[in-house]
Amino acid sequence: MSIKIVQAGLFTSIQDFGRIGVAGYGVPESGVMDRYSAKIANLLVGNTEYEAVMEITMLGPTIIFEKEMLVVLVGLGAVAILNTQKKSLLRPFEVSVGDILQIKQITKGIRLYLAINGGFQSELKLGSRSMYFPITKNSQLQQGDHLNIAEYNKTKQQDFAHINYEAEKYDTVFLKVYPGPEYDLLSDELKKELQEKRFSISKNYSRMAYQLQEKIQNNLQSIVTQPVLPGTVQFTPAGNLMILMRDAQTTGGYPRIFQLTEESINLLAQKKQGDAIQFQIKPYEK
Amino acid sequence: MEYKKPKIQALGEQAILLSWEEKIDEDLLYFLLYLKKEIQNYYTKVKVEVINTYNSLLIKYISYINNIYSEFSVLETIVSANFKGQKLHLQQYTLPVCYDEEFGLDLAIVSKQNKRSISEIIQLHTQSNYTIYFTGFLPGFLYLGGLDEKLYISRKESPRLKVEKGAVGIGEKQTGVYPQNSAGGWQIIGNCPVPIFDVENEKPSPFQPGDKLKFEAVSLEKYNTIKQEIKRGNFLLKKEVYEY
Repeated sequence: MSIKIVQAGLFTSIQDFGRIGVAGYGVPESGVMDRYSAKIANLLVGNTEYEAVMEITMLGPTIIFEKEMLVVLVGLGAVAILNTQKKSLLRPFEVSVGDILQIKQITKGIRLYLAINGGFQSELKLGSRSMYFPITKNSQLQQGDHLNIAEYNKTKQQDFAHINYEAEKYDTVFLKVYPGPEYDLLSDELKKELQEKRFSISKNYSRMAYQLQEKIQNNLQSIVTQPVLPGTVQFTPAGNLMILMRDAQTTGGYPRIFQLTEESINLLAQKKQGDAIQFQIKPYEK
Repeated sequence: MEYKKPKIQALGEQAILLSWEEKIDEDLLYFLLYLKKEIQNYYTKVKVEVINTYNSLLIKYISYINNIYSEFSVLETIVSANFKGQKLHLQQYTLPVCYDEEFGLDLAIVSKQNKRSISEIIQLHTQSNYTIYFTGFLPGFLYLGGLDEKLYISRKESPRLKVEKGAVGIGEKQTGVYPQNSAGGWQIIGNCPVPIFDVENEKPSPFQPGDKLKFEAVSLEKYNTIKQEIKRGNFLLKKEVYEY
């Protein structure tokens, strides 16, 4: 054991890049919501891109290190204090036994990634460490949890000067989308409205789905249950738009009008209630 | 049986969707399962996962698809192949269900609304040989076809906040087993003592699309015996191989 959770924060979990090959069992992919930030975090501590990291949401945890390790925080903005010293994002730092890290709050975006050299060696279920109940015991870390960490490989000096985190790309309201399987069922007016309108994120937004606040009248009908993916935009007959995220179910019965690009899923993962978004259609490249 | 060409389209950067006419039909299911096998055989070197629903196949690639249009033409070729003489090796399963009033919370409602005695309901529910179409909604939740129309019943007006793991229910034209505790709006008629999804197993569920499933009524006493057997690890799920 080498990290202890003193306070869990609002919603803190361990995530890697998700469960592959088990969608046929109805198991959600899960995994980090913002893959781009998580990859950068891993690279900065000398990991491969895909190690398990800690995903911190809005209000961070307090943790005690029980071993020497190299840590980094990646996100758009957060207040982090190691013992009494303020820590900057994107700058790896070494910690010693007994050091306490407090993530006070996330000041920009809503998700922050904490990566550790060697990665988290937490509960592995169906090929992934991503926390998702009932595949793992819990969906989020609890006060008192202990986490295993791989041995710190100090000799492996990292040159991370070349790693550039493009934080500015999160400032856009535009989400690039491909037309979804049921896009052609929309009338021309609806197609136009869906692309010209500024939407805002409702209070129902989670790792499973982001529901948009504005309703759009339509005459679509439910469809027979079909495959869906993270990034699928469902349009319900009642007029709600739901953007499925990493913990989404594997099948659904609402028309799938758009599919977000992988990059847009990452951008959306940093947005919260009240934030504006606008869909921008991107055709598939020839 | 002959099927028209499917619509082939990308679903994001890492998946391709093949969809046929929207219908729930056993022949179409088995046709999709032959195709699924062919696609998996073709892609042995690239890691892909193929999942089916009633009328679609989704091919999920492990990374970005380099050239989507060349994948489309590969899939078009596979889809237009002739599957005559091919066989699928499938299983016929039997799952025990206890329809005792302790578990059959809505048996009285189903009995009243469908004007059938409780024993008739149990008889109708256990006589069908259900087809497993696919898994979705919850990890391990089986979409079954073949419910006797005399048992069709609308969902509860307000869903229960907690339906017990193993609960067997009916909602509209479907029946199924809840793989875990969950909120749910189906009418509950019994409980299956055998876990249908277990994350501790490398294969968390034995059931595959195309497999057949029968329910067998067991007494409360037998239900408890099976629970004990499962705990001790000496319960054997009834199954036999069949070819399609």
